[in-house]
Amino acid sequence: MSEKLIEFNNVTMFYNDPDEAEANENIVPALLNVDFSVNKGEFVAVLGHNGSGKSTLAKLCNAIYEPSSGTVKVKGIVADNDDKADEIRRIVGMVFQNPDNQIVATIVEDDVAFGPENLGIEPKEIRRRVDDALKAVNMYDFRHREPHKLSGGQKQRVAIAGVLAMQTECIVLDEPTAMLDPMGRQEVMQTVHRMNKEMGITIVLITHFMDEAVKADRVVVMDGGRIVMQGKPREIFSQVEELRSHGLDVPQSTELCNALGLEKSVLNVDECVEEIAKMLGGAR
Amino acid sequence: MIRDITIGQYYPGKSLLHKMDPRMKLILTFAIIIVIFLCKNFFSLGIIAVTAVLAAILSRVPLKMILKSLKPIVIILIFTAVLNIFYTQGGDTWFEWKFIKLTEKGVFTAIFTMVRIVSLVTISSLLTYTTTPTMLTDAIERVLSPLKIFKIKVHTLAMMMTLALRFIPTLIEEIDRIMNAQKARGADLETGGIIQRAKALVPIFIPLMVSSFRRAYELAFAMTCRCYTGGEGRTRMKQMKLKIIDFFALVACIAITAGIIVLNHFFEAVI
Repeated sequence: MSEKLIEFNNVTMFYNDPDEAEANENIVPALLNVDFSVNKGEFVAVLGHNGSGKSTLAKLCNAIYEPSSGTVKVKGIVADNDDKADEIRRIVGMVFQNPDNQIVATIVEDDVAFGPENLGIEPKEIRRRVDDALKAVNMYDFRHREPHKLSGGQKQRVAIAGVLAMQTECIVLDEPTAMLDPMGRQEVMQTVHRMNKEMGITIVLITHFMDEAVKADRVVVMDGGRIVMQGKPREIFSQVEELRSHGLDVPQSTELCNALGLEKSVLNVDECVEEIAKMLGGAR
Repeated sequence: MIRDITIGQYYPGKSLLHKMDPRMKLILTFAIIIVIFLCKNFFSLGIIAVTAVLAAILSRVPLKMILKSLKPIVIILIFTAVLNIFYTQGGDTWFEWKFIKLTEKGVFTAIFTMVRIVSLVTISSLLTYTTTPTMLTDAIERVLSPLKIFKIKVHTLAMMMTLALRFIPTLIEEIDRIMNAQKARGADLETGGIIQRAKALVPIFIPLMVSSFRRAYELAFAMTCRCYTGGEGRTRMKQMKLKIIDFFALVACIAITAGIIVLNHFFEAVI
């Protein structure tokens, strides 16, 4: 478990020209001196309000951006040229927020095949991978459909299948559920958890929904381009006041128990019910 | 609005025409279109018309669909027929009244041109009815790939076509959304003269442009993430293989062409 897959070392990221940024104090960096790492097989949730730098962190993970200073290593590879960036993208795949803007082909299975085709894989092997990936996200029956006729959650699962078919070791999801309805959100989150548990794929989930972070192995909270909190979900969500100061809300059940003055922090509705029952002095 | 738009009017099916290699279909369709213009008399034109009808039956595309593809050209048909009747003069005069003069040659030319156009549209629409847009762009890429020696980026062109097809429904939805948003803000899109209405479209197309650029930017990111680096070193999941039926089709087309040349030679030309 302790093998490091992604490693950020003192990373600072300016969207503007670094020299210009030094001269002008008003330009703030998107990331400032960030140290961050993801272990193999881990499920990391990155939380933060808008503009906290969490999307930048995601885009640095697979060499879309190059850090202004510091290093980003993926399996020991630093993306200092195009070939190496390509190599990193074979290890770390990415799913974006808007499902419409990441589907390339006019038919579902052709879109899932797009990644493996780019990798130059044998046609038969692509076919196998595409079928497997579509089955893994429960979209196999839709393989001949046109993407624009699918729901948001279905489209996003197709996008995930597209990354799965590339067989990357890690998938970074940049707010994959932000544009979906609750049903679609649930579909996508179930798929993501299954990929992590059953296929052992490392997941970095960027989100601003607290509920999605609850089941993660580790939660990272970002604010103003820095990592401000880090730890197990239970540890993080027990610090309600501090989370609020970073512009975040805690899950509703946690908030309720906190308001009731219960000591123990709870993460989901069941635990919440149990704690309240205990407080009222009786078993359920 | 136009929610259920089918791109490229593909009609799903399992007929012989559907099963043909798209490359062969593409090449043969173009060949036949050229051959149509070689026809000089009704006998050779008859062969083409029969070919078109046979192809339509083989494709198992319903007659209604084929008639639908002919609907937009009705006006062109009438227009060319009328022009041909009155501008081509010769042979026996069948009818004369003031400046209107109906001659044998005029009527023949009109009928000839009409049959020609109808066959042309039927055959070319059968191509799009029996081939998915993806397969078609794929076939175009492969058929044009020899152009690489002239440094023409065939793969890029094909990719652009695929993406354009992919985004047509997305952009239509977007226009729909923007129109509703502008209507909600009190925009008047339905009244006024042509100029006024054209002006009313400006607040629709500017947001559309802006969002299209944003989409393009994001799509480029997503494609980079999926290791897209251009056509080099790419493989394809769906391989195209020439089957026996493709060779049959090829032989049939050659026979048709030969027949037309022979008939042209032995019978008097109408045009």
